Amino acid sequence: MKRNLVLVLPLIALLGAGCSSTRNAASTESAPATTVESKAAATADTGAVASAGVVGDDASADVGLPPELVNKRVIYFAFDSSEVRAEDRALVAAHARFLAGRSNVAVRLEGHTDQRGTREYNIGLGERRAQAVRAALGLQGVSDGQISTVSYGEERPAAAADDEESMAMNRRVELVYGKR
Amino acid sequence: MIDWKQIGLLAVALLASATAQAQLRIDITSGVTDPVPIAIVPFVGAAVDVAEVVQADLVRSGRFKALARDRQPGAPTRAADVVAANWRAAGTDYVLVGRVVQVMDGAVAVDFELVNVLNGQRLLLERLIARSGAIRNAAHQVADRVYEKILGVKSAFATRIAYVSVDGAPPTQRFQLIVADADGENSRVILESKFPLMSPAWSPDGESLAYVSFETRRAAIYVQRVRTAERQRVSERPGVNGAPSWSPDGRKLALTLSSASGNLDVYVLDLDSRQYTRVTDDAGIDTEPVWSPDGTTIYFTSDRAGGPQIYRQRFGTAERAQRVTFSGSYNARPRVAADGLSLALVTREGSAYRVAVQDLRNGALRVLSSGREDESPAFSPDGGTLIFAGRERGRGVLATVSVDGLVLQRLKADRGDVRDPSWGPFSP
Repeated sequence: MKRNLVLVLPLIALLGAGCSSTRNAASTESAPATTVESKAAATADTGAVASAGVVGDDASADVGLPPELVNKRVIYFAFDSSEVRAEDRALVAAHARFLAGRSNVAVRLEGHTDQRGTREYNIGLGERRAQAVRAALGLQGVSDGQISTVSYGEERPAAAADDEESMAMNRRVELVYGKR
Repeated sequence: MIDWKQIGLLAVALLASATAQAQLRIDITSGVTDPVPIAIVPFVGAAVDVAEVVQADLVRSGRFKALARDRQPGAPTRAADVVAANWRAAGTDYVLVGRVVQVMDGAVAVDFELVNVLNGQRLLLERLIARSGAIRNAAHQVADRVYEKILGVKSAFATRIAYVSVDGAPPTQRFQLIVADADGENSRVILESKFPLMSPAWSPDGESLAYVSFETRRAAIYVQRVRTAERQRVSERPGVNGAPSWSPDGRKLALTLSSASGNLDVYVLDLDSRQYTRVTDDAGIDTEPVWSPDGTTIYFTSDRAGGPQIYRQRFGTAERAQRVTFSGSYNARPRVAADGLSLALVTREGSAYRVAVQDLRNGALRVLSSGREDESPAFSPDGGTLIFAGRERGRGVLATVSVDGLVLQRLKADRGDVRDPSWGPFSP
């Protein structure tokens, strides 16, 4: 336990010392509340949002991603499927070609689902989607150390409405670029 | 268990309690056909309208109807002053009277008496001592006493719920973890984040909430003391850290982790030793674990046989997991009733996701909700009610339904999108 804390504290210190506000109330009676934001989130407003649903901390421009790929960093999926569709394979391959030659570039694969089904099960589906893209990138020469995954399940929809078109926008993996 | 003194985490400035938040309002959408008529006479002596709180609780249960104040024949505050015939004539069977008196600095006594006016018998004469700032809670306890005395079963008015509220769309979403009284009142934000918060779970002692937060851009499980806001990150393995569920003794969390290849399995984390014990080992998604009340068995969702179904595994044994649900193609996110005899779960009917209860003795499944995307059922501590999340016009709402399916209520948030309810235990 102590060892864990040693690992955790510097991270928290980083969060606190960065631009995040980490507010915490501890009045015993009324409203103990804590506010947490990640550093990335706090700077999100200043970064250009590339396309719907893509969170703002992507550094495609900094890492030299070709302009034609900057706005094509989202892979969409069929309902209840984690298979990269035939029509998206060329896009995944283009990202793989970019990454394969640049060991100093990292990509975070953020898996998402639509809102149907239970939340934690959807975390599993989103992870499966992210892993499907990871596997496809890996097969095309991207080193595993360049790739990380996170599943947000249904928690960060790209489109808020409940219609079929919006739900299709939400079943996706976003490629978020950064430096290693 | 958790050594709170070790927590070096997050204690900075005070967040104003006036933080805008989703306040829940309750609409009664259905009740029993023959509710018990009762008159709750205004209590004297308190700034809080105790009678109003008691009445709202009882009426909201769907099992009582209250005699309006302007139709009450008098305003007695003691049973001795209740003229039974007058109240019978007004159409009521029971009368509750009471008064609040200052007993010492900062504390009050809430005295109440329940009279059956059909036979003139006094059923209750009790005194509750409460802090002056906690009279509402005392009123909920009065409602619990009245409910149990008249109906013979426990209620859970004097308990708390936790839920998640979300404002805005990414990348400017704001997630709030909120704790409120079971009637949705007295809500306060205990955590705010720009990144998802999910799956809050009350510890068995009602002191802490475990939940998932993505505040570091990765999933991690935290345990936060509700009273002090001290929090501790208890699980942050690479990949998924999800679906925390407390063991009945409060010493362990069942949770979900992912392997390097992204496969989800259920583990148990000992909060003392910080050791993980693997529970499932399967290529499917295994998640949403929950303990049986006796702590011997973990129920969980798995899609090992195709679509998600619920399985159970005896903890600490190498026995194969047993499948529990068989009706329909989607059954997920189990919660076990306090008696261990039934499961609340989410089942798919056609294209709709609904809350259902399955009898574990005979496998019979009863669907209790009628929305299109109902999920996250949680039992009230008395076991008589489920709280769950649904969607109305693209917004999350909370609702409760009695496990017999007779009483359904919606708890409407006046703003934001609410989800992921968890119902706390009885206070000790």
